[in-house]
Amino acid sequence: MAGKIKSITNPRLKLDILSKEDVERIHTATLEVIEKTGVRFPSTKALDIWESHGATVDRKTSIVKVPGHIIEEALVLAPPVYTLAARDPSQDLPLDGNHVFVGTDGCGVEVIDLFTNERRRSSLKDVADIARVADFLEEVAFHWVPISAQDFPPQSRSLHEVRAIWENSTKHVQTESIYTEREAEAAIEMAELIAGGKEALRKRPVLSIMQCSASPLGHDGGSLDAALAGAKAGIPVGFMTMAACLTTGPATMAGNLVVGNAEVISGTALIELAYPGAPVFYAAAQTASDLRTGAYTGGGPEDFLFGAATNILSDYYHIPLSMGSFATGAKQPNWQAGIENSMSTFMASVVMSDMLLGVGLLHGSRIWSYAQMLMDCEIFSMIHKVMQGIVVDDETLALGAIQATGPGGNFLTQKHTLKHMRDLWVPQFMDRRPYSIWEEKGDNAEDWARGKAQQILKSHYPEPLDPKLSRELGMIINRIERM
Amino acid sequence: MSEQLFNSMKQSVIDGEPELAKELASKALAQGIDPLEALNQGFIPGVNYVGEQFSCGEMYLPELVGAGEVMKAAIAILEPEMTKRGTARKILGKVVIGTVEGDIHDIGKTLVATMLSASGFDVYDMGVDVPITKFVEKAREVGADIVGLSALLTTTMVKQRTIIKALEEGGLRPKVKVLVGGAPVTRSWASEIGAEGYSEDAVGAVGVAKRLMGIQS
Repeated sequence: MAGKIKSITNPRLKLDILSKEDVERIHTATLEVIEKTGVRFPSTKALDIWESHGATVDRKTSIVKVPGHIIEEALVLAPPVYTLAARDPSQDLPLDGNHVFVGTDGCGVEVIDLFTNERRRSSLKDVADIARVADFLEEVAFHWVPISAQDFPPQSRSLHEVRAIWENSTKHVQTESIYTEREAEAAIEMAELIAGGKEALRKRPVLSIMQCSASPLGHDGGSLDAALAGAKAGIPVGFMTMAACLTTGPATMAGNLVVGNAEVISGTALIELAYPGAPVFYAAAQTASDLRTGAYTGGGPEDFLFGAATNILSDYYHIPLSMGSFATGAKQPNWQAGIENSMSTFMASVVMSDMLLGVGLLHGSRIWSYAQMLMDCEIFSMIHKVMQGIVVDDETLALGAIQATGPGGNFLTQKHTLKHMRDLWVPQFMDRRPYSIWEEKGDNAEDWARGKAQQILKSHYPEPLDPKLSRELGMIINRIERM
Repeated sequence: MSEQLFNSMKQSVIDGEPELAKELASKALAQGIDPLEALNQGFIPGVNYVGEQFSCGEMYLPELVGAGEVMKAAIAILEPEMTKRGTARKILGKVVIGTVEGDIHDIGKTLVATMLSASGFDVYDMGVDVPITKFVEKAREVGADIVGLSALLTTTMVKQRTIIKALEEGGLRPKVKVLVGGAPVTRSWASEIGAEGYSEDAVGAVGVAKRLMGIQS
C-alpha cells in the first residue's frame, strides 16, 4: 500500500538571493571559463561529440573549449518539466518547479546499527532495510543509494543496490553509485524490465542517474559514459558539482559558483548535443572546505547560501535541480546536525529546489543513522509547515471566535479552534514534556527516532516486486558478473 | 649580511612566495653561503613558524600548503649544490604516493604529498589513476619507506588492498609501510587490509608518516 508523499508546494515564502544582473554575470563568467580555460572530459565518446559540434578538443589533455553559443543552444533543448516515475504511479514526482521533494542521502560507507547501536561497515542488507524504512516515510519521496553494499564486488555492486531498493520500495530510484557505462546499461536494462519495455521506460523513467563532476573543471570518464548511456535510454541524468571554496574552487562564493556551474552546464550541454531533448537535471552540493584541514565540511553558512543560490541558476537554464541539503558534518545526531540540516534544507526549500538530498547520513555523508534519518524528516516536516506561511482571510482572522471568547476567556472549546487545530504542527521528536518527566525517563529524540525506525522495519512491507521480475533482474546482474 | 638574507628567506616562506624564495636561494649560492646553512637557518625557521601559527589556529591550510610550495622551490635550487658539496638535508623518509587505478581524484593526495614534502620527506607523487604495478615498481626503484594510497570512491578503495598484496608479492613488505586515505576509507578498513597508517586529513597524515618512521613528532 503506497503512502502519500509530502512535498512543499505553493510556497508563501520568498528569498531574493541573486539579482537578475548577478545571475547574468555568473552565466557570462561561466561561459568565459568554458571557452577560455576549458573543462576536462576524459571520455572518447564525449570528446567525439564535442568535436563534431565545433568545440576545440585537445585529445592529449581531454580538455574541451566550447564557444558560449554552443553551450547556450544546447541547453535550450533540455525539457524544463518532466516526471520521475515510481514503481507505484501514485508516487510519481512531477519536477515542475512547484514541488520540493526529499530523497535519502548517499553514499555512505558505515551504518549505526539500528538494534545494537554499534557503528559497522555497510552491506546490501542495509540498502534493503533503509529502502523499506524510506518507503514508509511520507517525507521521503525518492531514493538515492544510501550506503555502499560493500559485501558485493565493485563491478556489480551498484546493480545489487538498485535491485535491493526496487525490491523494498515502490518509490523512484535515483542512483549516484554507477560510474561505468557497462553498469549504466545493465541498470537501464533492469529499469526497462520494471517499466515494461524500452518505450515504457522513456515515458515512465523509474530510474534516474546522478553523476559527480571532478572539480575543479573536470568530469570522470566513466561517469560521462554512464550519463550518456542514461540519456540514450531517455532516463533523466544530472551532473553534480561539489566544488568547494578554498580547495576545488576559489575562496569566494561567486567564483565557486562559476566553477561549479561550468562543470554542470558543460556536462549538461554535452548530453543535449548527443541526445537533444533528453531529460536532465542540475545537481550541486557546494560547500567551503574547512580552513584548518581542507576537509569537506557538510555544513556552514556558505553551504546554506549555495543551497539557495543554485536553484536560481538552474531556473535560469530552465532545468530541474537536485540540491544537496541535510548531510551534516556532525558525528552524531546533535546540535550541529540540527542546525546544519535545518538551515541548509530551509534555504534550499525556500527557493523551491526540486529535489533535496538527502536524509540520514552523518559525518559528511559517510555514516548512516536511522535516528538522523527520522529527525531529518521531522526537519523537513517543519520546513514544509513554515513554507505554507500565514494565510490571512476572513476565516483565519477568526473574528467570530474572538468575539465569542471575549477578554479573559480561552479558545479551547471554540468550534473554530476544533476546525483549525490540526493545521498546527505536531512534533514527533521535539521534547515538550514536563521537566520532571524528562528527568525521570532520561530518554531523548534520538531514542524515539530509533524506536520508530525499529517499528517501521518490523512492520512495514511494501508491495513486493514480482518474484519472476526480481529473478530476471538477478540474471542481468549475473551476466555482468560473468563478463 | 647573511643574517638579513636568512630573515628574508624565512619571510618568503611565511608569505608563500616561491619565486622570491628561488631568487634568495640563488643569491645565497652566489654569495658562497653553505646551502645547508641557508636551508636550516633561512627557510626552515619559516616553515617552523607557519607550523606553529597553524597549530594555534592563527594560520590556515592555504598558508601551510603555500609554505610547503616555497620549501619545494627553495630546495630545488639548493639541493644540487648540497650534492656537489657532499652534504645533504635531513630526509625523514621516502614516500611514493598516488591515487589508485580507476580513480582520478587528485586533491587529497596532492595535499598529503605537499605536506609530507614540506615536513622533510622525499616524496614521489605518481599522480592519479596509477596502475598497481607502477606503485610496486616505483617503490622498489626508489627504495620507498612508505607507500601512500588515496581513493575517493567506494569501488576504487578496494584497490588499496590489491596494491598491498602486490607489494607483499613483490617482496617489499613489511619494509615498506602503507598509508591509506580518502573519503570512504575508515580506520577499520585500514586495519583490515593491513595498512599501517591511516589519516582523515593531510596534516594528520604527516604525524602518521613520522610515527611510521619511528620519529617522535
